[in-house]
Amino acid sequence: MKEILIILFSVILIDNLVLSRFLGVCSFLGLTKSVKNAMGMSVAVIFVMLVATAVTYPIYWQILEPVKLGYLQTVVFILVIASVVQVLEAVIRKIVPPLYKAMGIFLPLITTNCAILGVMLINIQEIYSFGGAMASSLGAGVGYTLAMFLFAGVREKMEKADIPHFMEGLPATLMAASIVSVSFMGFKGVIENLFG
Amino acid sequence: MATKNSAGYELTKGIIKENPLLILMLGTCPALAVTTSAMNGLGMGVATTAVLVLSNLVISMLRKAIPDRIRIPAYITIIASLVTILQFLLQAYVPALNASLGIFIPLITVNCIILGRAEAFANSHGVFISVIDGLGMGTGFTLALFVIGSLREILGFGTFFDYPMPWIQEGGLQPMMIFGLPAGGFAIFGIMVAITQKMNKRFYGRRPQKTMEREHYPGSISVRTDTIFEDTAVFDGPRPPRTPGRGAVPPAATDPGAFVKEDEAEENSTESEATK
Repeated sequence: MKEILIILFSVILIDNLVLSRFLGVCSFLGLTKSVKNAMGMSVAVIFVMLVATAVTYPIYWQILEPVKLGYLQTVVFILVIASVVQVLEAVIRKIVPPLYKAMGIFLPLITTNCAILGVMLINIQEIYSFGGAMASSLGAGVGYTLAMFLFAGVREKMEKADIPHFMEGLPATLMAASIVSVSFMGFKGVIENLFG
Repeated sequence: MATKNSAGYELTKGIIKENPLLILMLGTCPALAVTTSAMNGLGMGVATTAVLVLSNLVISMLRKAIPDRIRIPAYITIIASLVTILQFLLQAYVPALNASLGIFIPLITVNCIILGRAEAFANSHGVFISVIDGLGMGTGFTLALFVIGSLREILGFGTFFDYPMPWIQEGGLQPMMIFGLPAGGFAIFGIMVAITQKMNKRFYGRRPQKTMEREHYPGSISVRTDTIFEDTAVFDGPRPPRTPGRGAVPPAATDPGAFVKEDEAEENSTESEATK
């Protein structure tokens, strides 16, 4: 249990998916213009991340690894993620229309989002248990959400800021991301103090 | 369907005019994550270029054989296979680079540049010109990664390709660790984007910085590719206005004219007539 909590918290705060592992930066920069978009994308990422881990983890350890086909993981995982996203889209549209409304247009984007494939590969690389892998995925999703929300807030404030003409638009956004990233560096010692 | 350009144009457009990283904002994840040194930046750039050229080659050869409806899964499978081959080659011949790039080698599969070029270019062009396009785009990406990697290595660690830079370590300037950390990556990247946009405006007279603010980045890329996308059915992201529904929001509805306003005035007018 303790191990799972350590994985969860360190993935949320220290190894933050966006700000220290640099996965999902495209959507981080592209979809944080408003808090609403950030929310839709975050919900979709958490959801797909958990479902995809639950599917790919057994596939790797039960099917690919016993027959020594571990090197096919990239091909298999990307196809599994693409199909999971398709199926999820259909199922959610049918069963939970409000949820689909919140994250509908963001679901297809997730197939090519490196965050999902990246976390799947990390889960395999780190040889987590199944619980650990799920915790790591949940943590990655929550960390992504945290970063998205913080940054969406920062960007809404930045709308009113007086930015030099040279830095307008994306450059200023990236500088802001840099400062938000500095703030996450402050979490370095937190895990040792909490669980050590 | 698509505009015809000379091979020389396709080869050089990736460097400044349509630099995939700094102007079109594709492939930002590896650009920030692995560019802690010049060597890593160069290695990642060359690896991506190799996959890009080969995927453009294969996809442009198979473009008539792949049915339109399942082209995205087909492309992804082709790209993932190429990446797996590349991973084997790197493990065998440059294990050190493979270790330092880590999971970002398999993640080349989901690099938006590769799928984006397949969808926007190789899909509708001949074999030769597609290879040239891959080479040009790859060169631009490699150059951008190399410059970012060099700056971060020199400023952050005081070395360049692992050779110490004398005037940094002995002189008054100390290496600044922050540039080796994620925060410095964002900052250097931001400055590079600003410089490239300025150069782009100066050389070509426009600022296509709005690209990223539209909500369908995986496929659609630049002003020029948008016209291609109008013709073909769009896999994901907003659909053209004539087929509303399914929760898809056309770009004009969410952010009216933000992208079109600046440099596509004439295309905009024809488009709005078509909608009426």
